[in-house]
Amino acid sequence: MGERKLRIMVAKPGLDGHDRGARVLARCFRDAGFEVIYTGCHQAPEQIAASAIQEDVDVVGLSCLSGAHRYLFPRVVELLKEQDASDIMVIGGGVIPKQDFQMLYDAGIREIFTPGASLDSIVEWIKNNVKLT
Amino acid sequence: MKKAEKIRKGDVRTATRLIRNIENNIPEARSTIRNLFPFTGKARVIGLTGAPGTGKSTLIDSLIACYRKKDKKIGALLVDPTSPFTGGAILGDRIRLQRHAEDSDVFVRSLATRCALGGLSKAAGDAVHVMDAMGKEVIFVETVGTGQQEVEIMNHVHTVIVVIVPGMGDSIQAIKAGILEVADVFVINKAQRDGADKLYQELMSMLNMVDSFPGGWRPPVIRVGSLFEKDIFEKNIAELAESIDAHYRNLVENDLLGDRVRRKVTAELNEALQFSILAPILEQLIAEGEFDTLVDKLLKKETDPYTCAEEVAKKYLRKQPLKGVTG
Repeated sequence: MGERKLRIMVAKPGLDGHDRGARVLARCFRDAGFEVIYTGCHQAPEQIAASAIQEDVDVVGLSCLSGAHRYLFPRVVELLKEQDASDIMVIGGGVIPKQDFQMLYDAGIREIFTPGASLDSIVEWIKNNVKLT
Repeated sequence: MKKAEKIRKGDVRTATRLIRNIENNIPEARSTIRNLFPFTGKARVIGLTGAPGTGKSTLIDSLIACYRKKDKKIGALLVDPTSPFTGGAILGDRIRLQRHAEDSDVFVRSLATRCALGGLSKAAGDAVHVMDAMGKEVIFVETVGTGQQEVEIMNHVHTVIVVIVPGMGDSIQAIKAGILEVADVFVINKAQRDGADKLYQELMSMLNMVDSFPGGWRPPVIRVGSLFEKDIFEKNIAELAESIDAHYRNLVENDLLGDRVRRKVTAELNEALQFSILAPILEQLIAEGEFDTLVDKLLKKETDPYTCAEEVAKKYLRKQPLKGVTG
């Protein structure tokens, strides 16, 4: 009888204050009917993982434009796993060179969106790949 | 029962999922709440309400820091509005509370209103119970940015804090009914700004017109200055926390706590009745298309809303016609 709503957290890990993209995405997820938790900038992976668990989100979307994604993204996945929450999906976006993709996939980042990805394609991907339990 | 036990041990994942299932109206969630209910009623619940942007989340952040110094276990429920068009929501209150994210004794959960009126989400009452059963000692509830009439918060908390800022309107606003009446404590936030003294005077004269307060509790007006003047700000927050504690003591000493709890239980029973009686009927009416038929009839002026309601009541509530409905 109830309606199951998708919950997504948009988070910016590390020392990166460029949040225009993250805000645009948050707004676009809202318009797609998702419940969006936005954590703001300068978040430690530990803060992101703990918040994702407390908020019971289906997906964490990480945005990183600083170049530190090779450490920050896998660390969030690792922390979720440590806290028995590997069912929470992690995706990422930002300025990420192609040669880093495989390393991130291997670390458990499910999908990566880089500049040029359309908002619709991101929403579509989430709708198609997140199973509402 | 297993889930209830996990929650009582403080398991965050089970608790937050239960809150989600309540939000989603999953029937199984209600039976878990049933099992938790006997273990609730221990926490102190503090509500913050006020217009958008008045600083409610920031105040909660500072109050959490204040109560953590006293080693209290904290819960916080933050409500933000759902879009009436898309059903989506941006829950942004949490941004202000992120310094507590890694503190395992602070559990913060954001809720979307799901278009409920009154400034809260329908799940808020049960979410408070969940945090209470987890052993949280102080629970903060933040409403959406409210206007004048969103007073639902008074049914869910022991102490209502109404947050206002200078520059929101002339003195006639202060004597209107509604949100200002439900305050147990007033905060004039951003009190370094122009107009704070005038606002203080207006509130004082509003309070001066009241003949008697229950338990003799005249709501104090606390001024909280700029966050960026740390010393003053922290002093103000300590004063606010003292007022909150004093209000609670006043409720206890004057035997008024029971009234608050009764108010809360009454509201919850109302909600449960809606959920168990009205909601299933509505659902069936909609599923069978009868609801649309009634709406069409109304549009053509073939009938009126009261007659419709009577017919529905006769059909679904089989016993004696209800007095309230049939008049």
